[in-house]
Amino acid sequence: MTFPSPIQASGAGRTYLGSIHDIPPGEGRAYAVDGESVAVFRLRDGSVRALSAVCPHRGGPLADGQIDRKQVVCPLHLNAWDLTTGCSLSGQPDLTTYPVRLDGDQIVLGE
Amino acid sequence: MTEKRRLVVIGNGMAGARTVEEILARGGDFDITMFGDEPYGNYNRIMLSNVLAGVEDESGIFLNDLSWYADNGITLHAGTRIERIDRASKTVYAADGSATAYDKLIIATGSRAFVPPIPGLHRPGRGYHQGVFAFRTLDDTRAMIRYAREHTRAVVIGGGLLGLEAARGLQNHLPHVTLVHGTGHLMNTQLNEVAGRTLQRTVEQRLGIEVLVGATTTEILGKHAVAGVKLADGRVVPCDVVVVAAGIRANAEVAAASGLTVERGIVVDDQMLAAPDVYAVGECAQHRGEVYGLVAPLWEQARVLADRLTGAAPDAAYRGSKVSTKLKVAGVDVASMGLTAPAEGDESVTFAEPARGIYKNVIVRDGRLVGATLVGDVAKAAYLIQAFERGLDLPAERASLLFDLGGESAEVSPAEMPDDTQVCNCNGVAKSAICGAVAGGCRTVGGVIDRTRAGKGCGTCKPLVASLVSWAAGGALDEDPAASYYVPGVPLPKPALMASIRRLSLRSVSAVFDALGGEEDARSKMGLASLLKMMWGDEYVDERDARFINDRVHANIQRDGTFSVVPRMTGGVTTPAQLKRIAEVAERHDVPMVKLTGGQRIDLLGVPKEKLPDIWAELDMPSGYAYAKSFRTVKTCVGSDFCRFGVGDSTALGIALEERYQGIEGPGKMKLAVTGCPRNCAEAYVKDLGVVAIDGGKWEIYVGGAAGAHVRKGDLLATVDSADEVIVLAGRFLQYYRENGNWLERTYAFVPRIGIDRVKAIVVDDADGIAAALDAAMDASVAAYRDPWKENGVTPGQFRTALPLTVLPQVPVRA
Repeated sequence: MTFPSPIQASGAGRTYLGSIHDIPPGEGRAYAVDGESVAVFRLRDGSVRALSAVCPHRGGPLADGQIDRKQVVCPLHLNAWDLTTGCSLSGQPDLTTYPVRLDGDQIVLGE
Repeated sequence: MTEKRRLVVIGNGMAGARTVEEILARGGDFDITMFGDEPYGNYNRIMLSNVLAGVEDESGIFLNDLSWYADNGITLHAGTRIERIDRASKTVYAADGSATAYDKLIIATGSRAFVPPIPGLHRPGRGYHQGVFAFRTLDDTRAMIRYAREHTRAVVIGGGLLGLEAARGLQNHLPHVTLVHGTGHLMNTQLNEVAGRTLQRTVEQRLGIEVLVGATTTEILGKHAVAGVKLADGRVVPCDVVVVAAGIRANAEVAAASGLTVERGIVVDDQMLAAPDVYAVGECAQHRGEVYGLVAPLWEQARVLADRLTGAAPDAAYRGSKVSTKLKVAGVDVASMGLTAPAEGDESVTFAEPARGIYKNVIVRDGRLVGATLVGDVAKAAYLIQAFERGLDLPAERASLLFDLGGESAEVSPAEMPDDTQVCNCNGVAKSAICGAVAGGCRTVGGVIDRTRAGKGCGTCKPLVASLVSWAAGGALDEDPAASYYVPGVPLPKPALMASIRRLSLRSVSAVFDALGGEEDARSKMGLASLLKMMWGDEYVDERDARFINDRVHANIQRDGTFSVVPRMTGGVTTPAQLKRIAEVAERHDVPMVKLTGGQRIDLLGVPKEKLPDIWAELDMPSGYAYAKSFRTVKTCVGSDFCRFGVGDSTALGIALEERYQGIEGPGKMKLAVTGCPRNCAEAYVKDLGVVAIDGGKWEIYVGGAAGAHVRKGDLLATVDSADEVIVLAGRFLQYYRENGNWLERTYAFVPRIGIDRVKAIVVDDADGIAAALDAAMDASVAAYRDPWKENGVTPGQFRTALPLTVLPQVPVRA
């Protein structure tokens, strides 16, 4: 099974994941960072969010989930999490969140 | 030390004793004195029928024996009749001359048999004529049994509940029983005429009791003992036993003589208060114009009175009872509640099968059950009683009020369901969790569904969840406006939503949120995308994030995050060349599982997202749309080409339907079938739209069928003469469903909601004059269809894997 070309890690706990234009508005994409799977979402207001890419319920691919400004909904069983806090909205374990921002059109994961 | 308050209870029957029990249960600290007319402890009067029938021993019917009174410090004067209440001095006087003072007085004198003034019933100065009995007390019952055993023919006067029970019971003691009833049909208080007739037939044919209705007794014959009864039409029924069961009258004479207000009973208010410090409960009480002769209202009254007297709930109020009964009358199951006949504008649904003694009727007003009668089959009684007493929402398909239809489980009585019963089988939610959410403050069905996730799987349990919530909230359910919204994030029902979308020319999902919703909502996007595409066709602005993952990548996501690929194979017909190609592709890509689907196609399962475009290209077949809320397949049989029985070319018609309507989106999946004869090999009766060839070159079109989690046979929409007409009507029906179905509402719910007659009127007869518009809209959708498997890479990374690094549990490869 092939995975997306993993990310070139850079120094100081900061990782450039590539262009924001790799993610269509309102969608998410999965990235492999230091052995972790991270789902990055591009909200329709232009901001980005990053969370663990694995649904803790049954391992669903959260990057394939639908989002709005607040939540991501897992495509397998429709559990939901807060995009900003990672808190479950449907009684599941919470998700790890990662600091993420845009540097120009580049997605930067880490502080 | 303050003296205990003195509580005096007149009446030691079920109402009096029950009230005292309730008071004791609340720790009520009274000095209690009870007066009973009968020289016994307290017994269950309802069971006297069983004693008469010989199925219950006398000892089995006592509720409280004499030791109970002693143990609880109650002074019981059994066999002592109270003759006068002096309210000024707060004292009651008994027939034996004794006086007892009270602080609080409860009158629970019950009722007595009503004995009509028929000449010959009494012997002057000596009570009843020899052989005449009332049926009310244990003594009556004992005397009746003793006498009946030595005689042969009994006449029971009165064909109500008690009369029927008496007749049935007497059959155990003598060979001939005739029931004489003054009005036109049996149990006329609880049953309508047809139900009463049904009951009568069963009683006559199965039990062998002779029944005379419309027969007024005018005289009891016999000089020294009863010899017969004479009827108004001159007939004489010979007999040597007469039992009077002509109804009951409240025992309210003492109350009336003591200055209390008495109409048909002692008039009480919502506190059960008849006068200062004087209360009345049970059959002797008249509350808001009603005098109840059944036990359930009595229990409620006793609770309220106990709450009041003990201060356990000083504001407790009795507001009347909705009376329902479910019982075996003379061996026949009968249940009845509310109205026995519909008023103007009520819905009345009736099923009658006289040969089996079955009659069922429900009366619905403004969507609520206001009356029900069941004779001979009371399987639905528990559910109906719930619906009646609590005003539950009723299933749209009214027949399910009368029968257990396949699949639907909404009619399970919430009260009877054990707490640990799993209600939502998809998400494993038990009844207790749903009731817990209600107890925790959720007061809407939608709120409980969000909290517990019950109903969020396949959705078939939603009606049951709704009825549980309604039951658990005990009627205190908040109106849930969201229940009518097409999608949760835009507060409009579908017609209003569509009107706004048209008026404001909203062509994308984000435009709808901006203009109508206020806020983007992930859970509303898919439904809006489907609706907008249906409405705008080519003009729809397709924002890919509005699509569910399946629609983004044109494949169905599986539990391990891989996808399934189902190429279109119209009508389930394939060729060796096509099979070879599929086999080669599956082999080349190590497809873990190749499976035949229920829709007569081939499914390649376990395909990673990134391989989808290659596999489509190599297959070079159109998408089968086995992933969308859309037109799926047309299942066919081999029809007339090969089958010995086929009367129509179902295969060709199926292929034509599928080629025309492939990929059309709708509020839910649309699964079709065409079968070449009524043997129904293609299962057309249980499809969203099913076509059945019948002899004479005709086709029947059924709509609203289902054979998934919900099983329903479709309703006949039309019988037509040609395949072309089938194609037109199918398209028109599907378009009507697309425009009017709620999001995720399958046709099996949609058709009963609209009503098949209404659907017929619109689709077949064009009653609303919209047929041409429906056809044109469907034509436009068909013209706008593009095979999604021909598109490749519309958005960046569209087919990039989203699977995590950790390898997830995968579907095992089968050798």
